[in-house]
Amino acid sequence: MHIKEGQHERHTLSVTVTNEPGVLARIAGMFTARGYNIESLTVADIGDHDAISRITIVTAGTPAVIEQVVAQLDRMVPVHDVTDLTLLGDHVERELALVKVRGSGDHRIEALRLADVFRANVVDTTISSFVFEVTGNSTKIDRFIELMSEIGLVEVARAGVVAMARGAEKV
Amino acid sequence: MPKEISGANILVEALVDLGVDTIFGYPGGAVLPIYDALFIDKRIKHILVRHEQAATHAAEGYARSTGKPGVVLVTSGPGATNAVTGITDALMDSIPMIVITGQVATHLIGSDAFQEADTVGITRHCTKHNYLVKSPEKLGDIVHEAFHIATSGRPGPVVIDIPKDVQVATASYRKPGKIEHKSYKPQVKGDIALIEAAVEMLAAAERPILYTGGGIINGGPAASQILRELARITGAPVTSTLMGLGAFPASSDQWLGMLGMHGTYEANWAMNQADLIVNLGARFDDRVTGRLDAFSPKSKKIHVDIDRSSINKIVQVDLGIVGDVGRVMEDIVKIWKARAHQKQDLSGWWAKIDGWRAKKSLDFPASKTEIMPQAAIEALYRATRARDPIITTEVGQHQMWAAQYFHFEGPNKWLTSGGLGTMGYGFPAAIGAQLGNPNALVIDIAGDASIQMNIQELGTATQYRLPVKIFILNNEYMGMVRQWQELTYASRYSESYSDSLPDFVKLAEAYGWKGIRIEGPDDLEAGIQAMLDHDGPVMVDCCVAKLSNCFPMIPSGAAHTDMILSDHKVSGEMSDEAKALV
Repeated sequence: MHIKEGQHERHTLSVTVTNEPGVLARIAGMFTARGYNIESLTVADIGDHDAISRITIVTAGTPAVIEQVVAQLDRMVPVHDVTDLTLLGDHVERELALVKVRGSGDHRIEALRLADVFRANVVDTTISSFVFEVTGNSTKIDRFIELMSEIGLVEVARAGVVAMARGAEKV
Repeated sequence: MPKEISGANILVEALVDLGVDTIFGYPGGAVLPIYDALFIDKRIKHILVRHEQAATHAAEGYARSTGKPGVVLVTSGPGATNAVTGITDALMDSIPMIVITGQVATHLIGSDAFQEADTVGITRHCTKHNYLVKSPEKLGDIVHEAFHIATSGRPGPVVIDIPKDVQVATASYRKPGKIEHKSYKPQVKGDIALIEAAVEMLAAAERPILYTGGGIINGGPAASQILRELARITGAPVTSTLMGLGAFPASSDQWLGMLGMHGTYEANWAMNQADLIVNLGARFDDRVTGRLDAFSPKSKKIHVDIDRSSINKIVQVDLGIVGDVGRVMEDIVKIWKARAHQKQDLSGWWAKIDGWRAKKSLDFPASKTEIMPQAAIEALYRATRARDPIITTEVGQHQMWAAQYFHFEGPNKWLTSGGLGTMGYGFPAAIGAQLGNPNALVIDIAGDASIQMNIQELGTATQYRLPVKIFILNNEYMGMVRQWQELTYASRYSESYSDSLPDFVKLAEAYGWKGIRIEGPDDLEAGIQAMLDHDGPVMVDCCVAKLSNCFPMIPSGAAHTDMILSDHKVSGEMSDEAKALV
């Protein structure tokens, strides 16, 4: 017997929650308990007086699973709102990454040239290394890391996806 | 500024303000301040169980039979972990319950202190919500909020973990006003446009069926009443899940019996052949649907549920309505009448149903020498129906037989562990139900294996003079496990024989109960009568046919149309796919 899986889609969800102890464990745990995927999860207080945090979750699953993920998040007591930004359509996604690259001579020059193309900033440097700060959508960051690995990639830290709907309205 | 009182007293005041008169619990180090407060303040009756799991099931039984939330008080560590099974049971069956757990003092949390467990961590996924109370100032509001969450929307268990220092420290308590939660706002009223669409679908249906669930019981007696009205005006047949039994009267001509794995032939065939299914407060559980790709292929489906996540979770429906099922049914009936819809001519549909009924799927082989378990339930039903008893069950064959052969006319009389399937539920639930309904006849229909899972509660019933009855269908097997082994594993009875059973009569007597053994068909009625005539607790050991199986049955992985009606059709082995589905 083999276990079958359906076609997966990648969705970005924006979730606002009451910023109270355990809320992140509650949400992350729900994903584990119900067998959903988390590809990326970011969370931070968004400076509201009511202590609200905004969580951006990138998840993957069949359309039926994504519908369930939204419904399961929505029924949790500390959750205020859940928006499926992918379903909504027009939205911006950004991710920040720190990328450490080691090299000398031409490699060093090439690294700076590529960083320029990607509009990455140098935030730390030694004689033999750079740390770049690069932002953009996840594909851009993937591509930057891929190129840097040919030059002398040492390590990567990614902040995870934050996202927001386009236009003047609050979603 | 009101006078400052201890956290323990704040808890008691809040519980009294919330109308709590009975709690089920077990003391221990981390709840001693609360127990002392209960000792001094007599307004709340505390029922001392013999194991914390039983406290949770007793609270469930109390809640399910009265409609009020059940309240549990246990200590930290093992007290809390022992309660986890009952908390999970309440979550699965949507039972309103508040569990107050003691915790080590705040400065000791995380230090692996004596009897410390991460209760909020452990119960995060088996509660509707939980709290760790860090200061006595917050305790009163949290208790009120916890009751609001447990009892509104889709009901469920809420845990309040209270460190010992918070129980001792003082603060002022004031009864809060109406609770407006910042983020938790369950949708009670359904969307009218959707309800109008549902009415039109119902009015146009030629082969409709109402598929009702535990949500109607949670909707209160009014929801059961409006279901009857909905059935009357539409003329549609009604079936129910295990959890919904009693919402619709079994004596009605429109009643098809329970559906699903051990449901009736007519209920499952009607589901399969319907052109419209109206799911009212049920959740398309796998025990109901059978094989999903063959589930009711010709029907449009309407699903009414207060929990948005229930809709489209298992079965994609044509129309999902989020709201309280009682309120939504009220609106359906109102709009139906306002639009002057007439009952469709469903005579063709009813003729088909009568054809399925003629199969008499609940018939069972008679025996003159042995008590057939089905006959035992029928006899129990005949002897007690006039007293409108509350029936609880454990889990297994006896539970399904009780669901099939005991019939209910009203809600809150049938208490069973449906979702989690917890052996050991029925007896403590009967204790809880008896406390909530002192004058009712309360009977736990049990099996010889299940009853041993919370048998220690015999002492609790004795202590509080609760006249509960336990009726054990004793076949010396974990019967449902054995039945599955017959169907799936060529009758290799791996560990399903109940070896070394106690003498249940002597066991009952040891606790001051009356014990009765019924050995053969000739003693059955007299034995039941003797049980009913005794005004204290009675345990009946009813020796039944050892190898009877529960039919009809939809084997795992099969469709509604592939029901097994009797033992003759039982095959010996199953495919791996079918094995994996159990």
